[in-house]
Amino acid sequence: MSSSKKKVVVLPCSGIGKTLGTVGREIAYELIEDLRPRVTTTTCLPLLMIEDPDAKKLVTDNPVITIDGCPFGCARKSVESIGVTVSKGYRAIDFCKTHRDLKPEGIVELNEAGKKLVVLAAQEVAEEVDRLVSEEKS
Amino acid sequence: MDIKVLKVGIVSCSGEALPEGTVSRVASRKVLDELRPGQTVTICLPLFIAGGKEEREFASKFPTVTVDGCEKMCAAKSTEKLSGKPAKSLMIKEILKKQGISGLKQCRGLGPAEKVASDVVADEIAKAVDEALE
Ligand code: SF4
Ligand code: SF4
Repeated sequence: MSSSKKKVVVLPCSGIGKTLGTVGREIAYELIEDLRPRVTTTTCLPLLMIEDPDAKKLVTDNPVITIDGCPFGCARKSVESIGVTVSKGYRAIDFCKTHRDLKPEGIVELNEAGKKLVVLAAQEVAEEVDRLVSEEKS
Repeated sequence: MDIKVLKVGIVSCSGEALPEGTVSRVASRKVLDELRPGQTVTICLPLFIAGGKEEREFASKFPTVTVDGCEKMCAAKSTEKLSGKPAKSLMIKEILKKQGISGLKQCRGLGPAEKVASDVVADEIAKAVDEALE
């Protein structure tokens, strides 16, 4: 694959127990479906846990951004567990600290404040996507 | 002496890239929050890698029902490898095929097909929980 065809792999953490897991997952969808659909992609994070060859190749061959719900850092650690260094690791909890007025609630569906937080956070992550894409081109 | 099981652990794959992964997550939450609250607990699947000893002991503390979106069976395989053999492993594509439900498209949020699928899968998970509690 030529470097110009590389995509940034955005991996949220698969959290089910916490609101912050949902925030990370929604930030990833906001980027992949709305903000940067042509230059980003994702895969199921648990595929790395079972060492699926295609998923391993995807994260080995492309820059990876992880978005973790909480300080456990599951997405980042799952990537590192197969010997890959992430290009940038985010934590949803840090976005909450930056935007204290937006308190996310809900796991299946976020409240309005959570949805606003997702959009703002995704815009920040999109800048990092752009940086990684231009780095790959140069 | 019979030891009565009080709670069942639900481990959902919650895969991000397939609609069935989202259904696994939503259906599991429905069981945890609405159908069998008080009888079920959960853990974020990747904590088996990222967490410590306490997280990895999950499947030895609770009989576990794994819920996977597709035939890759990430939750079942990871739980067995890193924590302990699941009491029951469910696979959503199989459940939906048996029920004649198809046409899932969305990963983000639930459309009508994903909503129906989530309700059907939640009922199956609840049945598996009841069996594990017997
Ligand atoms: S980082 Fe936190 S929210 Fe995300 S999967 Fe791990 S424990 Fe769950
Ligand atoms: S079982 Fe299928 S849907 Fe679930 S995480 Fe694995 S690949 Fe994704």
